[in-house]
Amino acid sequence: MTQSPEKPSSALPDAADAFLAAGGSLRHAPGPYFGSYGGRWMPESLIAALDELEDTFEKAKADPEFTARVAKLNKNYSGRPSLLTEAQRFSQHAGGARIFLKREDLNHTGSHKINNVLGQALLAQRMGKTRLIAETGAGQHGVASATAAALLGMECVVYMGAEDCRRQALNVARMELLGATVVAVTAGSQTLKDAINEALRDWVANVDTTHYLLGTAAGAHPFPAMVRYFHEVIGEEAREQILAQTGRLPDAVCACIGGGSNAIGIFHGFLDDRSVKLFGFEAGGDGVDTGRHAATITLGRPGVLHGARSYLMQDEDGQTIESHSISAGLDYPGVGPEHAYLADIGRASYEPVTDGEAMEAFRLLCRTEGIIPAIESAHALAGALRIGQRLTEGREHPEEVIIVVSLSGRGDKDVATAAEWFDLLQKDSPEEKIGAEGEQL
Amino acid sequence: MSTTAIKSKTAAAIDRAREAGRTALVGYLPAGFPDTRTTIEAAVALAENGADVIEIGIPYSDPVMDGQVIQAATVQALHNGFHVREIFDIVAEITARCDAAVLVMTYWNPVMRVGVDEFSRRLAEAGGAGLITPDLIPDEAAEWFEASDKYGLDRVFLVAPSTSPERMAMTVKASRGFVYAVSIMGVTGARENVSDAARRVVESAHAAGAERVCVGLGVSKAEHVREIGEYAEGAIVGTALVAALGADGVGAVVRLAADLSTGTAKPSRPAAGA
Repeated sequence: MTQSPEKPSSALPDAADAFLAAGGSLRHAPGPYFGSYGGRWMPESLIAALDELEDTFEKAKADPEFTARVAKLNKNYSGRPSLLTEAQRFSQHAGGARIFLKREDLNHTGSHKINNVLGQALLAQRMGKTRLIAETGAGQHGVASATAAALLGMECVVYMGAEDCRRQALNVARMELLGATVVAVTAGSQTLKDAINEALRDWVANVDTTHYLLGTAAGAHPFPAMVRYFHEVIGEEAREQILAQTGRLPDAVCACIGGGSNAIGIFHGFLDDRSVKLFGFEAGGDGVDTGRHAATITLGRPGVLHGARSYLMQDEDGQTIESHSISAGLDYPGVGPEHAYLADIGRASYEPVTDGEAMEAFRLLCRTEGIIPAIESAHALAGALRIGQRLTEGREHPEEVIIVVSLSGRGDKDVATAAEWFDLLQKDSPEEKIGAEGEQL
Repeated sequence: MSTTAIKSKTAAAIDRAREAGRTALVGYLPAGFPDTRTTIEAAVALAENGADVIEIGIPYSDPVMDGQVIQAATVQALHNGFHVREIFDIVAEITARCDAAVLVMTYWNPVMRVGVDEFSRRLAEAGGAGLITPDLIPDEAAEWFEASDKYGLDRVFLVAPSTSPERMAMTVKASRGFVYAVSIMGVTGARENVSDAARRVVESAHAAGAERVCVGLGVSKAEHVREIGEYAEGAIVGTALVAALGADGVGAVVRLAADLSTGTAKPSRPAAGA
């Protein structure tokens, strides 16, 4: 294993570059620590399960039969490799930089989430566990988990905030169609973080039979490194595809960040390529100066939540602050520990994108490329427009700038939110009435 | 147990109970529920009615080890405006008014936010005995080891039915005051019976060298305390006390504590006990 660069006391933008220049590698960081982030800030009751999971994961990674099974499912079930599509008309709005979309929206279930759930469900089977539990915000990870459980014949219970259940009635129905049980969480603030708390309580009580299928690259070790492992395929494919299509590496890679699983997956392929700038776009909500946002790295400070030390939105007492975003998938007050580390050493940059910026990019992609993106992914698209302008400024040949964007999911689930946002619903229509009550169609 | 010269307030309180032929009674109350004044009065009343060790919990936004009763109480405390800084005055007043050792039970992020050293210094100044840390394992506790040694505070870590022999040995060695044996795989909450797993966890902790082991989770009645006294040094009651306080105020805490105390008389056993 290569050594990691020292964690700087404050952001040292050149620390990572100097480390890579000297031949170091940031790829395949094994955890449990990423600099001073990560770890296992968990009740002792769950440590044996985390140990078992880590052991099973490490052995599975080295087992050709397991990796072949993952690869086969990725190909024949999820539809991998996903495409890399050049967005020529969209690119005209990015200062003329060439923008390529990594099409995770084309995977089965409509997002990158399937990569992780299939991998973890197979690990659960390897451990002899018959029951999967998962948390979900808007329902995407819940639907993906229910899908994996159905495919592998496992029981599935999904914890979802009561408020989210009400607003996402169709996703609740989807999970139930797939055979999962959805539990509405009424504890605490009744949102995603409380759904995670409730899933952890379930796990403590049922750990002998149950695997907690965490949906993002956060939480206690081995989850951050393990979830990244199952998403590394995004970056590996994207790197090969961009080389094949353009003959060179991109100047920048852009992704949206909630917990950060699609971002760490695509970043990983380029981590050691010094010339490739990595950008993560957090949910700026109403704006980072309004207090209503989910810009964890931009404005949070280090703390522990759900098992990992990382950046965290917290008040002066260390209580978790509620996050806000138009995109449920980014609406989380924490972030994966590897991102916290990449931010500190300057290997990746993290910036907020507001709801308004994201929705403009959402509409632009619809109209220029015929692709309806997830609102999560629209944050990455808005970020790419910004980075495109920045990197092409003053350049005679802006088309020499190449940007790869992780289009992490499709936007079918977001049509109601978008219709409401753009005022597309007919007055007094049933849909308009539902939308006026803040519900999803 | 730690071999440092630090005199553990919690160990002393448990030993006083043992010398009097009793199982130590440990009672939990969340700070600020239903208000700070009541927390203090209930804690003092708890000590006056048989508790040897008082645990004051810091309400936290994400209490993953707590069941519904304690969650509801701590949510209410936060809603009423509880601030972490109040914990030091609460501990100081309880400590001044009774003989019980006063521990603070807290999830780790509020301590990190204050700063581990600063939190420890202020807790020691307030006369607090130490911390019970439900989501901090010794593996992550380097800062806490340093601060607790510096300020002479007890470190109560948890062990569970799932704890491996290696981790048991490591955790027993890391603990000071007592080792908190989680009786079941689950979260806090009153239960009809204390699980058989508790006895095995305590035996394993004793075998690893623990001198004082207290059993918590699901302990709510005098008969539970009596049963635990057969194999452990102390019994920890939380949810039942919180429910009593919520339903009927300090008087209910007094009645429950007095009742629980009837279970603390140790069955006579050979002098060369564990």
